[in-house]
Amino acid sequence: MDIAVTLVVQGLAFFLVVWLVMHFGWPGFINALETRQKKIAEGLAAANKGQKDLDDAKLRAQEIIREARDKAAQIVEQANRRANEIVDDAKTAAVTEGQRLVAHAHEEISLEVTRAREGLRKQVAGLAVRGASRLLSREIDASAHADLLDKLELEIERG
Amino acid sequence: MTASAGETGGGMTEYIQHHLTYLTVQLRPGAFWTLHLDTVFFSLVFSVLFMIVFIGAARRATSGVPGRLQCAIEMMVEFVDRIVKETFGGKSRLVAPVAITIFVMVFLMNFMDLLPVDALPTFAKQVGLGHLRTVATADINTTLGMALCVFLLIQWVGITEKGLVTFFGEWFTAPFHAHGIVAKIALAPANLLLRLIEEAVRPLSLSLRLFGNMYAGELIFVLIAVLTLGSKLTHFATYGFGALQLGADFLWTGFHILIITLQAFIFGMLTIVYLSMAAERH
Repeated sequence: MDIAVTLVVQGLAFFLVVWLVMHFGWPGFINALETRQKKIAEGLAAANKGQKDLDDAKLRAQEIIREARDKAAQIVEQANRRANEIVDDAKTAAVTEGQRLVAHAHEEISLEVTRAREGLRKQVAGLAVRGASRLLSREIDASAHADLLDKLELEIERG
Repeated sequence: MTASAGETGGGMTEYIQHHLTYLTVQLRPGAFWTLHLDTVFFSLVFSVLFMIVFIGAARRATSGVPGRLQCAIEMMVEFVDRIVKETFGGKSRLVAPVAITIFVMVFLMNFMDLLPVDALPTFAKQVGLGHLRTVATADINTTLGMALCVFLLIQWVGITEKGLVTFFGEWFTAPFHAHGIVAKIALAPANLLLRLIEEAVRPLSLSLRLFGNMYAGELIFVLIAVLTLGSKLTHFATYGFGALQLGADFLWTGFHILIITLQAFIFGMLTIVYLSMAAERH
């Protein structure tokens, strides 16, 4: 073992290397590592927050869709109800109108019947008078027996 | 395998001796002033390489998406940083850079052990250098130099973390704690003695462990290389020894990959532990 000046040189050289590494090498890496660590932590936090926001938004969207669906169902139901109402109204109106028409027709018919009956009666009365006047052509003076004829006519009309 | 081939056993000794001799330069007269040029050269090369890569990458380090080099270095930095954070309780910012420098530098210098033992020395001979030892950590000067730096750092961390009074006070009051002034004075010499031994043993154990492992590893590679030293292709035995050499070299290289990594890790880890202990109050 020949310990000599080499020892001093090696010791000093090592010291110098340590010093240089400590001042110019190590901090660069440690800073880079720590900064990156922080960045990654922030990135992860942001990702978590984003995920949470997304979940929230999904929930909200579901809620909105559910509400919209409910509202739509409501509207459809309302529309149906309204339609039914309208149909019912129309039916009622139609029935009323029909009844009115039928009543009117009945009235007209009975009017016609009455008129026809009156006509017939007049004709029967005329025929009766004419028949009677033929049978009694000489003895009946229209002006002298006007009273009688009118009475007869009236009786037929009533009868 | 014929760098200094000889036919006799003397050639073998010479070969091994040659591999264990440093390339030296005499700065001044006297044994102390002999500088191991090869050791200094290789550690310098790796220091510069390490700093260029590490500091260069640190300058371009981004907190965004890192490149391949940054990723690779960051893995190492995080590994060291985690160990330091788990072990070291003090507030000193010095421990982790020291540890990573030790990990990398020791590993790189150890790694030269895996190159064929004759590759670089043969090349050196071509350019006129008689001797060359490539493994800087197989030189006690390197390991002890680093260990002494660690020793100084231990004292520095101890003083800055605890303050001068506590630091020197603990020399006399720990590890044996006493209550009452008489007992304290009685135990002070024992505490001081233990403290001195403890402090002296740390750099010694750090440096000798690494040096011993690397020196032995290098020596075994040299011994494996000796298997076919000076043999001729016409000799039948050459083929047997050649096969043995191949197998042995393969096995030892594989095993040595573990050793060089482990030794680098142990040196760095123990440094962290020592610095942590220095920061703790007793």
